[in-house]
Amino acid sequence: MSGGLNRIAFGTVAFVLAAVWGLPFLYSVWTAFHPEKYSANFQWDAPLTLMNFVEAWQAAPFALYFLNTLILITVVLVANLILCTLVAYAFVRYRFRWAGLLFSLVMVQLLISPEILIVENYLTLSQLGLIDTIIGIALPYLTSAFGIFLLRQTFMTVPKSLDEAAQIEGAGAWRVLWTVYVPLARPVYLAYGLVSISFHWNNFLWPLIVTNSPEVRPVTVGLSVFATVDSGVEWSLVNAATLMTTAPLIIAFLIFQRQFVANFMRAGIK
Amino acid sequence: MNMRLSLGMGFILLVLPCSLLVAFTHYPAARAFLNSLWNNGSSRRPSRFVGLENYEALLEDDKLVQVLFNSGLYALGTIPLAIILAISMALLVNSKLPATGLMRLSFFLPTMLPMVAVANIWMFFYAPGIGLSSQILNAFGLPSINWLGDTDTALLSMMIVAVWKEAGLFMIFYLAALQAIPTNLKDAARLEGAGSVRVFFDVVLPLLRPTTIFVAVNALINAFRLVDHVVVMTSGGPNNASALLLYYIYEVTFGFRDFAYGATLTVLMVVLLGILAAFQFWVLDRKAHYQ
Repeated sequence: MSGGLNRIAFGTVAFVLAAVWGLPFLYSVWTAFHPEKYSANFQWDAPLTLMNFVEAWQAAPFALYFLNTLILITVVLVANLILCTLVAYAFVRYRFRWAGLLFSLVMVQLLISPEILIVENYLTLSQLGLIDTIIGIALPYLTSAFGIFLLRQTFMTVPKSLDEAAQIEGAGAWRVLWTVYVPLARPVYLAYGLVSISFHWNNFLWPLIVTNSPEVRPVTVGLSVFATVDSGVEWSLVNAATLMTTAPLIIAFLIFQRQFVANFMRAGIK
Repeated sequence: MNMRLSLGMGFILLVLPCSLLVAFTHYPAARAFLNSLWNNGSSRRPSRFVGLENYEALLEDDKLVQVLFNSGLYALGTIPLAIILAISMALLVNSKLPATGLMRLSFFLPTMLPMVAVANIWMFFYAPGIGLSSQILNAFGLPSINWLGDTDTALLSMMIVAVWKEAGLFMIFYLAALQAIPTNLKDAARLEGAGSVRVFFDVVLPLLRPTTIFVAVNALINAFRLVDHVVVMTSGGPNNASALLLYYIYEVTFGFRDFAYGATLTVLMVVLLGILAAFQFWVLDRKAHYQ
């Protein structure tokens, strides 16, 4: 066997692919940390600077955008965790008429998600008077079919004997949920929480449609407005702003890399 | 547990949470259909019932033909490529090569970034003259390409961005599947004299099939519902070369303020996704019989 040669070929492919994949991001990093005149001009001894970040931060209300995103993801996450738990609990623990049909109706949202219903959801929001509010951005996402599905799968693995034992000790429906089901699903809650946070941190089109004023804009919309209008396409500033707005996610990823990947896997495999 | 659900509990557990879901999924889908039967009203002229007129307009809409063609090409171009790359990445990261941690970071990082940030990074990468693509081409003595400004390359540029962003996520799913493959299966194949290429195609790849189906379904849905990069990078241009279906819905509704035609296009989108889902269920069903 030509194991050694294979290994070298394999290694070369790996190196080239990883390098090509990293290139666009690294180029953006290079530009963000150098003065404007070096942005398309490689010199290894070009002076490093943080001025681009300072300027970008001052040119647009990014602190406000961050706060809005934080409020948005918190509202959605808390609502998702509570509401999805309730629905999953009902489907797993109780027997009722039309349960199968109702479950498939819920699962419809996996396919026909709020992203493609922007036209009618916008009309609904304007009838409710919730255009240009953070709660308006969050509203279509408060119950998630994905979360219900994930928690239902997990709750189904909870041994019946545990549920029965809790009942014998006199626990009611809520106590059983809180002391038996929820603790056993903790890893899934963590996995789902991470997916939910990264999804809503990154969401763009719907918040773009719903918001008009800087006071309620999340970071993604703020970044796009900054990149097209406020900066006059000064690439070093745009790149600095891009890195700045994604830095929390990147840092969180670097710290939690192992758990993150493991949880993404778990969320995907079902 | 199969306990009976009391009315009060049913209300709290099911009716309250699900009514939110219905209000923003089923209700808008149904209302899109109803609104598609009315024309677009204005403050002076209220909308009136027009029957299938909007659907007739749909059939005569040349721009829609181009948009659907773009969307089909986009899906067919990005999904297989992203899957092949994701499998390759997973194999590389799962190998005993040095620096697999760094490789995994490089492949997975784009997945973490918001599409808007990805769009900015690539806009800079593509920028004629200043961008890295121009610099690389110029270094080889080739002229720069105006990636986003040329009708021939605009859609291709969007596809590259989408593959760059998505392949890393799919890699994670394949990585999980690869690690779940029992090593004794591979050992047995090797004992029978199979080379590593043979082992991959005859043992590993068939075992990855469920993952491939899962990834393909997700990729297809994403191909239809993620158009952030089109909004930021090209606004569907030049000359609609990079417009995708959801972007067209967005443009018609919020650019031209034609909510009736927007509703009609939404119905088209829902029907298209329904057909694709039915097709995929059929494929899944057949696969299930094999196993």
